[in-house]
Amino acid sequence: MALLEVRDLRTAFPSKDGMTPVVDGVSFDLERGKVLALVGESGSGKSMTALSTLRLVPKPGRVTSGSVKLDGEELLSLPVTEMRRIRGGRIGMIFQEPMTCLNPVVRVGAQVAEAIQLHESMSKADARSRARELFVEVGIPDPEERLDAYPHHLSGGLKQRVMIAMALSTRPEILIADEPTTALDVTVQAQILDLLRDLQQKRNAAILLITHDLGIVNELADRVAVMYAGRLVEMADRVSLLSDPLHPYTQGLLRSIPALSAPGEPLPEIPGVVPSPDQWPAGCRFSTRCPKRFEPCADQFPAESNPGVGRRVWCHAVAESAGEGAS
Amino acid sequence: MSWLEPHILSNLVTLGLLAGLVFAARVVRAQRLWREAAVELWRRRRFAILVVGVYLLIGLADSVSWTGGVPDDAVGVLPNAPLSVLDRAFLDSREASYSAPFAAVEFYGGDALRHPGGHPLGTDILGRDVFYLSLKGARVALLIGGLTSLIAIPLALLFGVCAGYFGGRFDDFVFFLISTMASMPSLLLLIALIMVMGRSTFSVCIALAVTGWVGFCRLTRAETLKLRELDYIQAARALGVSEAKIIFRHILPNLAHLIVITFVLMFSGLVLSEAVLSWLGIGVDGSWGQMIDGARDELSRQPVVWWNIAAAGSALFGLILAVNSVGDAVRDVLDPRTARES
Amino acid sequence: MGAYVLRRLGYGVGVVLGVLFLLFLLFFTITAPEDIARKALGDKAPPEAIQTWLENHEYDRPLWPWQDWDENLLFDHYRKMLTFDFGVSDADDSPIIDRIKAGMGPSLSLTVPLLVLGLFVSIPLSLLVAFFRETYIDRMGVFLCVLAMSVSTLLYIIGAQFLIGKVLRWYPISGFDASLAMLPRFLALPVLVGLISGVGGDVRFYRTVFLEESSRDFVRTARAKGAGEARIMIFHVLRNAMIPILTRVVLAIPFLFMGALLLEAFFGIPGLGSMTVDAIQSNDFSTMRTMVYIGSLLFVFGQVATDISYGLVDPRVSVE
Repeated sequence: MALLEVRDLRTAFPSKDGMTPVVDGVSFDLERGKVLALVGESGSGKSMTALSTLRLVPKPGRVTSGSVKLDGEELLSLPVTEMRRIRGGRIGMIFQEPMTCLNPVVRVGAQVAEAIQLHESMSKADARSRARELFVEVGIPDPEERLDAYPHHLSGGLKQRVMIAMALSTRPEILIADEPTTALDVTVQAQILDLLRDLQQKRNAAILLITHDLGIVNELADRVAVMYAGRLVEMADRVSLLSDPLHPYTQGLLRSIPALSAPGEPLPEIPGVVPSPDQWPAGCRFSTRCPKRFEPCADQFPAESNPGVGRRVWCHAVAESAGEGAS
Repeated sequence: MSWLEPHILSNLVTLGLLAGLVFAARVVRAQRLWREAAVELWRRRRFAILVVGVYLLIGLADSVSWTGGVPDDAVGVLPNAPLSVLDRAFLDSREASYSAPFAAVEFYGGDALRHPGGHPLGTDILGRDVFYLSLKGARVALLIGGLTSLIAIPLALLFGVCAGYFGGRFDDFVFFLISTMASMPSLLLLIALIMVMGRSTFSVCIALAVTGWVGFCRLTRAETLKLRELDYIQAARALGVSEAKIIFRHILPNLAHLIVITFVLMFSGLVLSEAVLSWLGIGVDGSWGQMIDGARDELSRQPVVWWNIAAAGSALFGLILAVNSVGDAVRDVLDPRTARES
Repeated sequence: MGAYVLRRLGYGVGVVLGVLFLLFLLFFTITAPEDIARKALGDKAPPEAIQTWLENHEYDRPLWPWQDWDENLLFDHYRKMLTFDFGVSDADDSPIIDRIKAGMGPSLSLTVPLLVLGLFVSIPLSLLVAFFRETYIDRMGVFLCVLAMSVSTLLYIIGAQFLIGKVLRWYPISGFDASLAMLPRFLALPVLVGLISGVGGDVRFYRTVFLEESSRDFVRTARAKGAGEARIMIFHVLRNAMIPILTRVVLAIPFLFMGALLLEAFFGIPGLGSMTVDAIQSNDFSTMRTMVYIGSLLFVFGQVATDISYGLVDPRVSVE
């Protein structure tokens, strides 16, 4: 049994025409101690998927159906008080914008201590020393002084370290990282990624990493899931996906990464734009832009096919060629 | 200059306002953003909008007037005075003095009325029909809110946009002016202005405008400062587009939603301020505030004369509540930050 | 911190000088001293009476410095106002400063309880409404606020006086007795009316502030940490909301002195507010002028105090 099992998760927001789904039937497993990267463009629904597992979808949106099981326990039907113990206790989350994610009028040490004290009964002094240890662990220099700093005294990289310390303070089994380095400078990005990899190995924590940056995927992920317009289109282990992508969307994404060795050539792009929910075709959502589109694509959503060990693809073209080659 | 009688001027202005309204309606129809906002507003506040509409119609009925056509035996009316549609509807409604709503006899004394049972809200001390007086107050209130806003908002725009856009000495001056005027307690300043300028309707409106433009000016200045730094504005300047064009094509349309929100929200504040001024004795003739002020002592009589104050108070409350309600919805619909599904 | 305070004070002084100039324009140029004399003595007063009146009130000088450097009304105006030499009332020749001193006490005894009670009532109410945002409690609350705000203060006062004073006869309708025992009886009704007429607007404002702070990212972080909604509201949101709330409160301090004009006049409380109302009704320009000046002075003081309090309360504001 996987540590986190998500089945057919659907999350929607109310709109003029009823409920508009932003996560439309997503299923995946997160194994203990492994890193799963959830990749996609803005608006693909990857952040919402992460928020949905913790039931943090901002109102007026909500999870409409599906199942999220942590170690076999269904989270979506848990009473709120129980859910709060999971949040921050067994599943920690860090967000994209460290600038705004910390309370500006509370010292950072106190904010980390709060995370600890919400889940363990501990004196303030003990929580504070735990916080200091965490600051050391995440590589914050002068930890004793930094405990009393306010968020605006810290650089972006330091703030993100504080966030990581806060999220890991309760030794959660899973860490959800929503674009943890997007708002940071490139050099700081590398440091934070190193830190995450370090901590993940030391504590054997599972990480659900949300990102649009394939470079980060290459650095950290064990398995990769690609999302497009609210649905998964491909999922595989990192090496297979990056070296041999099967879904045309994944192929397009990988092709469009500028390679340092081919200067002067036009950058390949995927023509068109991501359709908004009211423009979704009845079938495969990528069909409007897909170079391999053929007859069934626009009307029928492709079923999951498994063209290899641990590989999942949702594509008629792939299923067709797999069917042909499997005789 | 006999053709430029006050009532003819008022008729022309009313016509002008109607034309302006038609023009605004066409603009709203043409632009998708405004059209959708209008539809959304209608969806949320149908009742309140209708109420405001009723007040507008009543005000309109009192704004179009002409002389002549008065029967000789009409009581309490000068033969050649211009009378509006509303006046003519209540032409012969005068009694001698107080009478209770729907009463058949006078309140004090018990003499028979000229129109027994014909006064749904009774009559006041001079025998005037209270329902009629309440209706007449609508025009005054709309005038105060509307005319004052028409003065204050363009003034605030002019100073605010120029200060924010051009910066430099002019901005320093405007900022200092705003700070200074904002430091003067507005009610006191208002009273002082009226004491000094006289108590005509026009001076009251000017005084209200002078105390009211400052807040909006601050807002437009701040917004213009922000807008000026936006990339596409900088691009326009780099391309050599003239400053005037930039202001009219890019800055002002981005302020349009603020103008609408401010106009609606200012309106009720202005009418309420006028009520206070009336109570202080320096308000506008015929306003509900004046009716309330005049009727204050009536509540302490035995038996109580309540219909005057009830009528004026309810009319005032009705308009303010409707406008506030619509104003809230306007802000929710037009403010991009708070735009969300209801 | 010291430099910050000095800078703010400096700008405040500049504003006060500007206010005085505007007042001069208002009270001396738009309406000339002769007009004021005529208003005091009557239109038919003979020119000699007017001249005497002008001399008595020291108005018989040219307006501008370039007309007479030593004796002109502009410099007089500045000098007197800045030294708090307010002179006498145009209406009854009584020294204005005495009346101000006498009026401050009663005004404060009304407005301070009003402010404090107002906070104690409005803030919990708005927290409650914001806590239940998007539910029907919230919608009901907002509707009630708009309703309450739409009633003119006049109607509240008249209604309260009628209902409670006359019909129910719980409290005296008006009057004032400064003795400590009698004070509450006479203040009860005006404070109550003041509270009811103000609560609508206050709750609406505070609710907006709480809602804005509630939608910030750090609230999402707190939720992800496992904090409960109540803790979030009180520990995280309220702390951040304190800043705009504090602004509003500090800005209201000057008005404590001015007294609630309407409340004082209607309820017969002899404070600065009713003094102002008297000045209006007797066309007393010099008192009016003084009241506007004092009001502005207090307002500027309030703004400076607000800026300084920002520096103390908001850790993001650097006061170096």
